[in-house]
Parts: sequence; structure tokens; C-alpha cells
Amino acid sequence: MSELNRLTIADARKGMAEGKFSSVELTQACVDAMQASTDLGAYITPTPDAALEAAAEADKKRASGDDGALLGIPLGIKDLFCTEGVQTTAASRILQGFKPTYESTVTSNLLRDGAVFMGKLNLDEFAMGSSNTTSYYGNVVNPWQSSDKPDMQLVPGGSSGGSASAVAARLCLGATGTDTGGSIRQPAAFCGITGLKPTYGRCSRWGVVAFASSLDQAGPMARSVEDCGIMLGSMAGYDPMDTTSVDTAVLDYTAELGAGVKGLKIGIPREYRVDGMPEEVEKLWMETADQLRDQGAEIVDISLPHTHSALPAYYIVAPAEASSNLARYDGVRYGYRADAPEGLPEFSSLEEMYATTRGEGFGSEVQRRIMIGAYVLSAGFYDAYYNKARRVRTLIARDFTEAFGQVDAILTPTTPSPAFGITEEPSGVEMYMNDVFTVPASMAGIPGISVPVGLSKDGLPLGVQLLGKPFEEVGLLRVAQAVEHAAGFNATPQLMA
Amino acid sequence: MSITRETVEQAARLARLTVAEEDKDRLAGELSAILGFVEQLDAINTDDVDPLTSVVGATARMRKDAVNAGDYPERVLANAPDRVTDFYAVPKVVE
Repeated sequence: MSELNRLTIADARKGMAEGKFSSVELTQACVDAMQASTDLGAYITPTPDAALEAAAEADKKRASGDDGALLGIPLGIKDLFCTEGVQTTAASRILQGFKPTYESTVTSNLLRDGAVFMGKLNLDEFAMGSSNTTSYYGNVVNPWQSSDKPDMQLVPGGSSGGSASAVAARLCLGATGTDTGGSIRQPAAFCGITGLKPTYGRCSRWGVVAFASSLDQAGPMARSVEDCGIMLGSMAGYDPMDTTSVDTAVLDYTAELGAGVKGLKIGIPREYRVDGMPEEVEKLWMETADQLRDQGAEIVDISLPHTHSALPAYYIVAPAEASSNLARYDGVRYGYRADAPEGLPEFSSLEEMYATTRGEGFGSEVQRRIMIGAYVLSAGFYDAYYNKARRVRTLIARDFTEAFGQVDAILTPTTPSPAFGITEEPSGVEMYMNDVFTVPASMAGIPGISVPVGLSKDGLPLGVQLLGKPFEEVGLLRVAQAVEHAAGFNATPQLMA
Repeated sequence: MSITRETVEQAARLARLTVAEEDKDRLAGELSAILGFVEQLDAINTDDVDPLTSVVGATARMRKDAVNAGDYPERVLANAPDRVTDFYAVPKVVE
């Protein structure tokens, strides 16, 4: 029964259905893997006992004829999803000890279908970051190591870095992520796994700690395209508690897998060739295009002229919305509250209590973004910054609408580079460039998926991104699986449980 | 756009954040860099472009104006740093 934790969700489902092993055995393998891999820092709050109890319950349900889509499957949950009775921190000091009294819609849906939760996964604080180095609960380590510098710890990407690291290191079979500007796709690429950001509105945001409400979207991270489709089928669905959740039928996202790409048109946007991009990134991108052509797809050069405006517009929209969303953390209703200044019995004003609590409770990246947000929304600047960015967003969305008049899907690199060292981390705006290829789809609300396709010269995973039409995840996953099969990526990380 | 210490103080006040004196110059530099980066948008003509309000063209739905949850103060107050009976409590404020 060894190495059950290395199975895909699809294979684990099959194995349990055929009675080859139980969910308790599968979950125990993941618990052992999780406990042997604490150095990765992937989990903030592991819940092994609750997981084994849930697994035993799943086995009982199976014995009585239940066959939920995720029955007995061990998953990790990004610590941005509220989980009833289990600490939910958003990787921030300000939510330390917060135990929600309700369950997010997405995690409720997963539980409804029988999933087993292994615990809460680390992330960048409030999902703000591209390296998972802004968590109050410590850095997450990428389980991959560079052949050039094997002793150097690498970042897993962010913000869903714990999710990516845990799935890559085989600590769980799949994990939830959230994506605001690339937070599912970029860490998936850095860790050699598959990550899907669905269309905005596909999954309910209710009970997900909010970062930028017009961009945030939950999605699956797993070790195959099929597994992402299985998970999305459970996570997605209309929710009256989220006014932006879209009231459409829940689909079988795996319905068209295996149908191939013959006759499909795949766009290659010329603006995604950026200065300083390593040759190996460009090479894998073009090889993937060639493989799709070999399978009968037509490769079409396209233009998305406002691509390079997406990142600056994002760095107005996202901080502006974050500054509003994070206004609720004031030390009154939940989470951290600062003590009165030393030597004084009380704060001199309620405002001083708020400001001290927030100054001590938020980390530096979060503070920077809140201040930018407050500034661009302040009187006299709102139109010049926030409305300008929203107008640019219309142009970005229009680019995609026009492109999808010509093509069925768009192929790009996911990131301009492989994972970098935790100590080599770029600063400020340079760090933001990590998301240059993922942010445009976020701004337009369209679905995107990162699929691992090869290794860099130093042996680190690289991914390509496929973008699809709104609400056409079924077709997007079909193309993604064709890429997956052609690439045949089967390399595994050095630090694998 | 270059951000001054005074602008940092103003943004911090709007954001209800206590910022240490020694961090203000550093923050002024960091915020200036971000605003410098986003100002490239000025070069894009958006005269006849409406701001995007919804990426999926959704319109706001109506719902019944009715109570659909509540009457569970213990659940609401479970995470309060401080409470008195069924109220949140805040430190006494001395003006």
C-alpha cells in the first residue's frame, strides 16, 4: 500500500471503487507524507486526525453505496477558504486564531461530494504575492531543486504556494487555490503541476477571504488536467450568497477529454514575447505549438495589443479593491487586537486602536498595497487612477473578445522564468513582472490553465498557459489535455514524499 | 509622480495604519515606484471607452427582501477579541 499518496485523483477513485484500497489507507499515506515533509512549510494548520475520521466516514458511505465524485479523496485547502471550526488565517497575523463558524461554499461543495480535508495550506498574506514569502507563518519551499544550485531553496510561486508545493510533493492528491492575477497558474508552473483558474463567476466567492473582488476566483490545482476537471465539477456552481456567481448549469468538465485538437484554431499572441525572456521558455512554447499542429490544430498568429497595459492596470484595480476589502480588519469583531501602548491603560482613541492593530497585524506587502489603494481611491485621484484602469480593462477584455472571433484557444508561456531562489527574490515592481502573462486573463475574467510541459536547463519545471472563452472550460480542458499528452511531462521533484 | 513623506502620512491615515517614523521614507520610495509604473497607462487613449463594470456581463439579481439568517449571537460573537453579553466590546476611549 505504499505510495498511494502519489496517485492521481482519477486513479485513486478507480482504486477505491474497485476495492483495492480504502480511503483510510489512502489518507494515512497522505498524513505520513505530510508529517515527513514539514520542512516545506506547505501547511499552516494540518488536520490529520480530522482527515482520518473523515476517511473512515467515506469508507462507510462507500460500503453503503455512496459514490460521490470525490468520496474519500484527500485534498489540501488554501487557508483563504473559511472552514468551520478550523483556524483560517489568510496567512496573516491579523486573523491568527480565527475559527470561522461557517463553511465557504466551495469547501461545502467539496465536502458534499465526499472529499477528505488534510488541512489548511500556506499562502502569501491575503493572497498578495508571487513567491509565498509574505506569509506570517513562514515561507513555503518548492520541492524542486535546481541542478545548478541544489542547496538553494526555491520559491513555490504565489500566492497559492502551499497548495502547489503540497500537490507537487505528493502530500495530497489535489488542492484548492485562488487566483486574482495568476495565483493558481504561476505557482502551478513553478512546481510542475496543473492549475486552472475558471471563468470569473464560475465558483462562488462566498466564504473566501476577499482580496480584489472583481478578480478573485477559486480553482483546482492537481497533477493532471483530468483531475482539475473532476475537482472543478465539484467546486463550481451557482450560489445565491455570491451575487457575481453565474447561474449556469454545472457541467461535466471532463466530457470532451480525449477528443483531441483536430480542426481547432490555437492563437499565438505576439505580445507575449517579452524582452529578457529566457530562450528555453520561448522554445518550449513553440514546441508545444508544433505538437498541437502535429495533432491537427491550426496555429494562428494573433495580436492582443493591450497586453502590456494589463499589469499596470492590475496594480491599480487590485490594491484599490484590497484597501476596501481589508477595511474590515479592525480588531473589533475577530482576529488580532493590539495591546494599549506600553505604560498606558488604554488607547487614547478608537482610531488609535484600529491603526495600531492594523499596523501590527498586517505585513509590509499588505500595508503597501492598502496604502496604494487608499491613495488611488482618494478624492481627486479616483478618476485618474481607478476609472482609468477600469477603462483600460475594457480594452484588454475587448482584445480577447476579438481574438476569440478567430481562434478557439490561446497558447502562451505561464511565466517568464522558472522558480527563483528564496534569497534571490526580486523586489517591488520587478517581482510584479512574474505575473505579466497571467494578469491579462484575470483582467478579462476568462479561464486559464497552466500545464507543465518541460524542464529548464537547470532541471526546473516550466509551464504553458492556455486561455479559453468565458464559460468554455470544457473545451479549454480538452486542449489542455492534448498539450499534457503531447508533452508527456513525468519528471518529479527531488523533495517528494 | 513622486510621493512625499506627507503623502505617505495621509495614505496611512486614510488606511488606518500606524506607520513608524523610520519607515516613512522607505515607503515614499516604494509607493513612488509603484505609481511611476502604473502611470504608463496615461499614454493609452480611453476617451471613448467605458469603464468595465462586470467581466462576464452579469447584471445584479433581485432577491426577496426577507430575513434569511440570524438569531445566533454565539456564532456571530465567537471570534470577538472582547465582548460584554451579546455586544462587541472595545477599549474605553478617553478623549
